Amino acid sequence: MSDDNYDFDVIVIGGGVAGSVSAYLLARAGHEVLLIERGVEPGTKNLSGGVFYCRVMQQIFPDFLAVAPIERRITRNALSFLNPTSFVNVDYWDARLADPVNAVTVLRAKFDPWLAEQCEAAGVTVMPGVKVDALITEGDQYVGVRAGEDELRCRVIVAADGANSFISQNAGIRDPEPTHNLAVGVKSVIRLGEDEVRNRFNLTGDEGVAYAVVGDCTQSVAGGGFLYTNRDSVSIGVVLRLDDLAAKGRTSSDVHDHFLSHPAIKPFLEGGELMEYGCHLVAEGGQKMQHDLVRGGLVVIGDAAGFTLNTGFTVRGMDLAAGSAQAAATAIDKALRSGDLSEAGLQEYVKQYEASFVGKDMATYAKAPEFLETPEMYGQIGELLADVLHGVYNLDLTPRKRLLPTAMAALKKSKLTIRRLIRIGLRAVRAL
Amino acid sequence: MADYIGGTVNERLARNVYEVDEGNSHIEVNQEIARRTGTGKLLVRVCPAHVYSEEPDGTISVEYAACLECGTCLAVAAPGALKWHYPEGAMGIMYREG
Repeated sequence: MSDDNYDFDVIVIGGGVAGSVSAYLLARAGHEVLLIERGVEPGTKNLSGGVFYCRVMQQIFPDFLAVAPIERRITRNALSFLNPTSFVNVDYWDARLADPVNAVTVLRAKFDPWLAEQCEAAGVTVMPGVKVDALITEGDQYVGVRAGEDELRCRVIVAADGANSFISQNAGIRDPEPTHNLAVGVKSVIRLGEDEVRNRFNLTGDEGVAYAVVGDCTQSVAGGGFLYTNRDSVSIGVVLRLDDLAAKGRTSSDVHDHFLSHPAIKPFLEGGELMEYGCHLVAEGGQKMQHDLVRGGLVVIGDAAGFTLNTGFTVRGMDLAAGSAQAAATAIDKALRSGDLSEAGLQEYVKQYEASFVGKDMATYAKAPEFLETPEMYGQIGELLADVLHGVYNLDLTPRKRLLPTAMAALKKSKLTIRRLIRIGLRAVRAL
Repeated sequence: MADYIGGTVNERLARNVYEVDEGNSHIEVNQEIARRTGTGKLLVRVCPAHVYSEEPDGTISVEYAACLECGTCLAVAAPGALKWHYPEGAMGIMYREG
């Protein structure tokens, strides 16, 4: 391809975290970059259901914490087992999580426009309101995109088009994902006011809390609930694995409503005003989803490449999106300089992310999705914990037993066996 | 139901901002396959926006303007039961919180 046969060095499809970060880094490296976003403005199609572990962003934008539209710095994390009439929490606050800042909450419709502004300032051409319909090929090489009647040519395409990954699927590069690798997140943003958020969640200043919940929040559907604080609102919802949602006969909006109405959750929300009800597809398959991410002239990053991680404790996506974008930008920069834009040349992307925290963490938690298929996690474990604690705290004038016999009595009452519990424990230790 | 939930799903969606592509639905159900495979009833349950509803005669009607564009329906649909793609550029849901 001759030098004047293309409009841009790089076309990035999708103005989320992955797409914008890759566009920004490539423009900073001196390349001509076009960022195409189907929403009328970046962020209008995007929705997150977890906190942003933002060290990677501080690496890319040194003044990130000072200038980015951040809602709250997360210094308190709660792991919660929710049962129909009980709520068992491991609640962890640590001043060390405030300095240096480790995680923040963001609202994507406010955050993503800021990212796009950084792109523009770095020289990226941002083109919102345009949907890419198809990729253009020449032989084995992807050489451009088609949007309606328009064709735009480039040397490298970055598919950062989100969890549905239609760009790769329609091009026949990636097969539709099986439903056990996918979940749907259903979320409400509920405004309480800044003081109420602080009071109800025991927060100081711009500190925030994030809850990861399992159990009755999903009515036995594999998945979990989440709740985290924004500046003056909370984001709360459920994530439901699609195969199990289908199998259990539940209705996704009913499960969401059930969680928000739970007697242990209701006091957090009462008197609040619904600002937005939304949903989004989530990749849940972990490392096994990282296949077919490179072709001649094309790399796939972010959610579209399945870079999300649920360890039970942390639910990550945006940091991995940014990390995969860094890896892609490094590889594409090298390829543009060497002129080798073939599949072999762009394989450097895989090397880069495998060597970074992205690939390492995907590998470390490769068995986490399997572990999270343990059905007892979505009911019996939380009920057992509550029964043990009930035995400890319910001083009903019967003679006390020591902790171990109290726990054994609770276990005996439960459908769980010691053998099964040990198995689950061992699997947890190996997977998480 | 608690006030903060915002009423029925339809009432909640009424608070959202959409740019509706009038007369240009991005969703098409193959009624015969949807009925035969059970996909129809499944779509009604899984869609958080209640885009799909079952009529008394068993056909699935589609309120495409309410779509939140998550793609869950397509992921669970039996082959051939559903045609679903993103709305045209700048059309559809416009999240203001996200």
